[in-house]
Amino acid sequence: MKEPLALADSRPSPVAAPTPSRWEALRALDPPLRLVLGALLVTMVAALYAIFVWAPTERTMGHVQRIFYVHVSLAWLSYLAFFVVFVGSLGYLWRRDERWDALARASAEIGVVFTSLFILSGALWGRPVWGTWWTWDARLTTTAILWFIYVAYLMLRAYVPEVPRAARYAAVLGIVGFLDVPIIHLSVQWWRTLHPGPTVIRTDGPQAPPEMVVTLVLASLAFGLLYLALLLVRTRLERLKDEVRHLQQALSLRGE
Amino acid sequence: MDRPMPPEPPAGTLGRYARQLAALVLKDLRLESRRRETLIGVLVFVLLVLALFQFALDLERDAARRLVPGLLWLTLLFAGLLALGRTFAAERDQGTLDGLLVAPLDRSALYLAKVITTVLFMGAVELVALPVFAAVFDVPLLSPGVVCTVLLGTVGFAAAGTLFAALATQTRARDVLLPLLLLPLLVPLLIAAARATDDLLAGAATPVTAPWWELLAGLSALFLGAAVLLFEALLEE
Repeated sequence: MKEPLALADSRPSPVAAPTPSRWEALRALDPPLRLVLGALLVTMVAALYAIFVWAPTERTMGHVQRIFYVHVSLAWLSYLAFFVVFVGSLGYLWRRDERWDALARASAEIGVVFTSLFILSGALWGRPVWGTWWTWDARLTTTAILWFIYVAYLMLRAYVPEVPRAARYAAVLGIVGFLDVPIIHLSVQWWRTLHPGPTVIRTDGPQAPPEMVVTLVLASLAFGLLYLALLLVRTRLERLKDEVRHLQQALSLRGE
Repeated sequence: MDRPMPPEPPAGTLGRYARQLAALVLKDLRLESRRRETLIGVLVFVLLVLALFQFALDLERDAARRLVPGLLWLTLLFAGLLALGRTFAAERDQGTLDGLLVAPLDRSALYLAKVITTVLFMGAVELVALPVFAAVFDVPLLSPGVVCTVLLGTVGFAAAGTLFAALATQTRARDVLLPLLLLPLLVPLLIAAARATDDLLAGAATPVTAPWWELLAGLSALFLGAAVLLFEALLEE
């Protein structure tokens, strides 16, 4: 009979211990994540209050305008997420350390979600205000293309299961995609100004009252912390997946 | 190494690089000229797509004129995707990629040679497509401005396309993946090329089209530069 793997010893197996309660699980999180989650809770509550109660109601658009705070916050966070993908891709190709790749793929996933919500919130805002779900103005178009590029990133990873290869390919896409974004933005803007579209959209009124500015900043901060929290958790999950993969490889090499 | 290396030819690094490029391009051209399967296939595809546009859009002469730049560039884009899918087919099916990697070649030469081959190939396709489009829709597509635009667009397309074809060819669902990866990145190219062609057909002078050409040139430079740096990472094993 083969000697059992020396992973467990004579002490009681940890599997027999009761599952930690939610509180214990939360307290077991590492300090940076706990800090971010705490700050997130505070700022998100404040931001939601500001968005729905405190901010003044816009004159022409009414309460629908409140989507604007969420919409704009998601906007800059989508761009930030893809910048992080760029940084992770560069880091991985340069250092060949899987942790950079874990960062990139975590941020890509969150980025796609945020971009989708960004587009959806824009559509929800646009329908009552301009009477249409979608329009091909410069910003919307650029966002749509961005969405396509990063969905392609996720599909690439799905089609190439072996991680070192997938990481390299995805890194190439992450770098080229991000470098292309300013050119996409430029071309779409020229397209729309040299050949003006049916509607010209202005997302901010003539003078935004200070309460709106504060609400926007608060909302941006809250969503920024949300992104950070999601990124930390997701990256750690990816790193754990990598570790499991390495362990499985080591086990199979030992010859089962 | 035990054996002495054969003496290096007297030409400098640039000459050596140019010879590598020439050798690789001639190899691919020779392969294609023997079978001619890809070129004829893509040419027929172009004519077919032209016909399909006619049926789907039900174009009358005058209404069609407005659409010609877009139709032309969409046709070239789809044809180009087909051509790119075949770029690394020989290397993949016959396993010759390893041989190329082991040969004393600059990795970037492999990439640039494929770009040149793709540009030559698409050029041959465009040599047929432009006159046919010009005849069917009665538009002056054979002007120097349009030809220049087509050339710039082809270079940009080949630059990005070769990089991602090399990537996609080594994956499972390469036919689906290549368009997914390439098309979003090529949107600026499509916009710039189609708008420039449109302006030229409407009789615009150079200053109007110049920004679009600059954008095409910038895009090509971006893709070429990034690809030369990143191509090596795609070929590692």
